[in-house]
Amino acid sequence: MRKSLFEKVWDAHAVRTLANGQTQLLVGTHLIHEVTSPQAFGMLRDLGLQVAMPHRTFATVDHIVPTDQFAEPYRDPLAQAMMEELRKNCASTGITFFDRASGKQGIVHIVGPEQGITQPGTTIACGDSHTSTHGAFGAIAFGVGTTQIRDVLATQTMALGKLKVRRIEVSGKLLPGVYAKDVILHIIRTLGVNGGTGFAYEYAGELFDRFTMEERMTVCNMSIEGGARAGYVNPDETTFAYLQGRPYSPKAAQWDAAVANWQSFASDPGCHYDDVVKIAAADIAPTVTWGINPGQAIAINESIPDAAKTNVVDEKASIEEALAYMKLTPGAPIKGTKIDVAFLGSCTNGRLSDFQEVARFLKGRKVAGGVKAIAVPGSQIVALQCIAQGIDKVFSEAGFEWREAGCSMCLAMNPDKLIGDQLCASSSNRNFKGRQGSPTGRTILMSPLMVAAAAVTGSIADAREVFAVN
Amino acid sequence: MALEKITSITGPAVYVPGNDIDTDRIIPARFMKCIVFDGLGEFLFYDVRKNADGTDRPHPLNEARFKRATILLSGANFGCGSSREHAPQAIQKYGFKAVIAENFAEIFLGNCTTLGLPCATASREDIAKIAAVVAQEPTTDVVIDVVKQEVRFAGQTVKAEVRASARDALIHGRWDPIGELIDGLPAVQTTAAKLPYLAA
Repeated sequence: MRKSLFEKVWDAHAVRTLANGQTQLLVGTHLIHEVTSPQAFGMLRDLGLQVAMPHRTFATVDHIVPTDQFAEPYRDPLAQAMMEELRKNCASTGITFFDRASGKQGIVHIVGPEQGITQPGTTIACGDSHTSTHGAFGAIAFGVGTTQIRDVLATQTMALGKLKVRRIEVSGKLLPGVYAKDVILHIIRTLGVNGGTGFAYEYAGELFDRFTMEERMTVCNMSIEGGARAGYVNPDETTFAYLQGRPYSPKAAQWDAAVANWQSFASDPGCHYDDVVKIAAADIAPTVTWGINPGQAIAINESIPDAAKTNVVDEKASIEEALAYMKLTPGAPIKGTKIDVAFLGSCTNGRLSDFQEVARFLKGRKVAGGVKAIAVPGSQIVALQCIAQGIDKVFSEAGFEWREAGCSMCLAMNPDKLIGDQLCASSSNRNFKGRQGSPTGRTILMSPLMVAAAAVTGSIADAREVFAVN
Repeated sequence: MALEKITSITGPAVYVPGNDIDTDRIIPARFMKCIVFDGLGEFLFYDVRKNADGTDRPHPLNEARFKRATILLSGANFGCGSSREHAPQAIQKYGFKAVIAENFAEIFLGNCTTLGLPCATASREDIAKIAAVVAQEPTTDVVIDVVKQEVRFAGQTVKAEVRASARDALIHGRWDPIGELIDGLPAVQTTAAKLPYLAA
């Protein structure tokens, strides 16, 4: 029988069917961080349970780390306590911890791939919804809650219902100035923020075949913003080339066998999909959000929606609520909206290629007066690569603050936060009310180059015009 | 592990209207700087319930007449966004015993079920009917019947679906799967042994 990658990986990891009909699914790789794991270790202790396979869990610290302070103790005693708790939990259970002193610390969804821990044909769980990122390698990766972290620690399995699979095929080529971020914002806008509920998304077609691993990761990262718990791209030569030589990748003697095994997980041509959606890459423009969820997005040249122009009750109410919060004018162009902050980073767009691409255009330009601009590499390794290539200098000279690796202003569990109703041009993944740390703070999501365009002009702008991209 | 069999939930309800209510709104990230879940209840919906100076904003949960509510009613795609279990924990620790919404985000629904917090889906019209009765008479007992998959209130009955796996787990008292997962450990070793990346 022809099977999709999702089915093959699922079947290979299905231990047994539980009484309620869910599957006990083997989680080959478990990633943890400081925010959602301490309670799980506490539950484990309360139940007197051990970590079943400590060598299959990897930890790092990302959400709470200050990006402007390396030395401990941190100014925030709660952050310091979480840091120490994770260190203690890893040490006492034998879990590998990519601590800041290791030089390998970073956002968990950047560290996994970077270390070669994320591999095709595997199952991955992490107490973070952006775990879908790892699907870029042809893994099935699930964001889970803390009780499930406990389950995985104790048994290396979790109880899960099987997902349906929707294939999203993107044909053709992107126009200049259009990026992976625009692709996923366009997909979410098209299918809705809950369009993917109950599905895993298989991203395919010419566009994904040509995409680099980092581009694939950007798209898979935001699957959950479209309601899909997992998203993946079938593994191919691009995947294997990325993995070769990484610390946890199979070594030379096992390499060929590993590649053959990985290839066997790719979806069979002609296999069944529960749904298929086709999109033309040429239809995708630089996309920005205007509202309070990632599906409320428009092309940069479109106008802000007007509640008066729709008769759909739901839509009317959600436009009104969003625009009241965002303080934007219905029917006005989004271009030209003044910004206060520009944030470049996050597990969506905090990788080397994101900084490289922006640096190409930012050289010789200056951040507009009154705009606070921060550039936050997604990992210490990304930071080192940027420094080696002089990218950090390009950013500093332009007026960006160049920071230490972490989640930073994506979710503001650290000192990087919006103040009052500041408006932020952000390369992150969520524009929810209050997401960036101020209960009235406002977020407009966009690609890294669009963030740079907003930073240098002081307002939402079309990067193609600002930087003469063609 | 003997768990409570959750066949029905009875209590007053409160309606928090809106679609796509995300987990950042349910529990803002800054309250997740903790290493235990205790005390999260007081921060439920904090930023939409409170002004910057800590005074109350207009919100159903701030109304005295809804203080005793144990059933939370809301709109579509409830619990979207972050996987933080802090969200259902805050809902449960605040005192809610069940949630009724048009539909739920995937991770949130799973997290709730594992805590023994039933999530029932009802149509928009039916939720509006319940909300209307509750607004008129906040002490009305609303009954979520997990077995029959219906909600009863003030002499009316409407359909309320509970996902099959969650329903089974709740009514048979196996909503926390840890016992069953541990029972499966020998089989886990067998499955792991067949996978090259785990066998190594």
